[in-house]
Amino acid sequence: MPAKIALADIRKSFPTAKGLLPVIAGIDLTVAEGEFVAIVGPSGCGKTTLLNIVAGFERPDQGQVIVDGTAHARPSPKGIVISQRGSVFPWLTVRQNLMFGLNGRHPDKKALADHYASVVGLTGFEKGYPHELSGGMLKRVELARALIVKPQILYMDEPLAALDALTGLQMRIELLRILAEERHTCLFITHNVEEAIQLADRIIVLAPRPTTVQATFDVPFPHPRRLSNPALVELKASILREFGL
Amino acid sequence: MLVAHKPKQIFASLAVAALLIAAWWIAVVASRSVIFPTPLQVVLGTVDLAREGTLWVHIGASLFRVGAGFLLAVVVGVPLGVLMGWVGGAYTVFNPLVQVLRPISPIAWIPIAILWFGVGDLSPIFLIFLSSVFPTVVQTVAAVHAIERRYIQAAENFGVSRYRLFLRVVLPAALPQIIVGLRVSLGVAWLVVVAAEMIALRSGLGYLIIDSRNAGNRYDLVVAGMVIIGLTGLLLDGAMRRLERLKAVRWRYAR
Repeated sequence: MPAKIALADIRKSFPTAKGLLPVIAGIDLTVAEGEFVAIVGPSGCGKTTLLNIVAGFERPDQGQVIVDGTAHARPSPKGIVISQRGSVFPWLTVRQNLMFGLNGRHPDKKALADHYASVVGLTGFEKGYPHELSGGMLKRVELARALIVKPQILYMDEPLAALDALTGLQMRIELLRILAEERHTCLFITHNVEEAIQLADRIIVLAPRPTTVQATFDVPFPHPRRLSNPALVELKASILREFGL
Repeated sequence: MLVAHKPKQIFASLAVAALLIAAWWIAVVASRSVIFPTPLQVVLGTVDLAREGTLWVHIGASLFRVGAGFLLAVVVGVPLGVLMGWVGGAYTVFNPLVQVLRPISPIAWIPIAILWFGVGDLSPIFLIFLSSVFPTVVQTVAAVHAIERRYIQAAENFGVSRYRLFLRVVLPAALPQIIVGLRVSLGVAWLVVVAAEMIALRSGLGYLIIDSRNAGNRYDLVVAGMVIIGLTGLLLDGAMRRLERLKAVRWRYAR
């Protein structure tokens, strides 16, 4: 299968008062079309920086990001970022948020927006403002706003971390349901190992800063996955061992 | 806030006002002042003015000048502030100029205002414009600078045009803070109405105050003018606060 995303020797440092702080020290990674890759790593190891580089919001000091065989430099609707803090526009209604990314000529933007609102289970809230919604519902808005532009890639930066445990679990199941319908390529950053195991086809463990790829785990289990499955329990133990736990 | 929430709070604020008025009254009576008016004299003076009809002329004239000066300040200040906030180069060019002009009191401008605009309505309007345009610019710049990066990034991610980014993201994101700035600016505009009307001919609350003092020490009318300015200011602020209730800006205010 051809690589959808290919990272070659990505390196990045940030200038600080004490001189250059190396954050990423050479990462090579390929993600296949339609693959769901989860990246887990200790806090502050540079996961977000890596995602920003792949999505085109930051430039690496060295190395190359190749998407669909061409060097990728700028953010585009081809790959939409969903972050922990979220970026649903609070001054627009749910429907207006969903319509925001629809640039081209669409025969009926409103109907399309309402369709995607129903895909994420927000029917009845189209005219609501974000500050009237719960955290879980905001995530749904953000997800729907991304899905509506038919992105080939979803970049998710701890998208469920700010939710309470129950809502987080619910959203995992929702995410799997939606991804089963529209097979996006996903790069998913998390510090939650169980979340990674439940969602991903492959799990990349990053080393502490300056980060490199420390280990890779395939997760060849069909969905839905039960975390109590002995094979998954064993997988979780081996991933946690990478963190010294 | 104009609209108090509970009867208890309304009662408390009325009680404080009543206490102050009582203290004023007692002080005037105790000091046997012949010039300083009692609250009753102020009320009677106000009623007189209202009956003659001149009160409404003065209030109308002041509101017109403040309205015109303030609107001019909004029309100039908000676009300039957004430009300075959004375009780094514009900030570098205009900010020193704004910061130099800002601390110059409108009163210092009076001679120049007379030179340029004479003693009609234009001079006070110009002075009120000067007093409110700089707070508007400064607050608008701050509002644009305070826009969170994640919103701009999301817009870039969706590949929207610069025009759409500006209209659908930058402006609405800054709007709540711009409205706060406008409240402050309107307050300042109303604050300088007396100074601006020192050079006005025959109308305005500022003129009423200066003229009452000059023409026979009518301190009851001086105080009446002050009280009316205060109450009108309260109403103007209440009107501006209604803007903060718009659904598209509610998100920014805690309550």
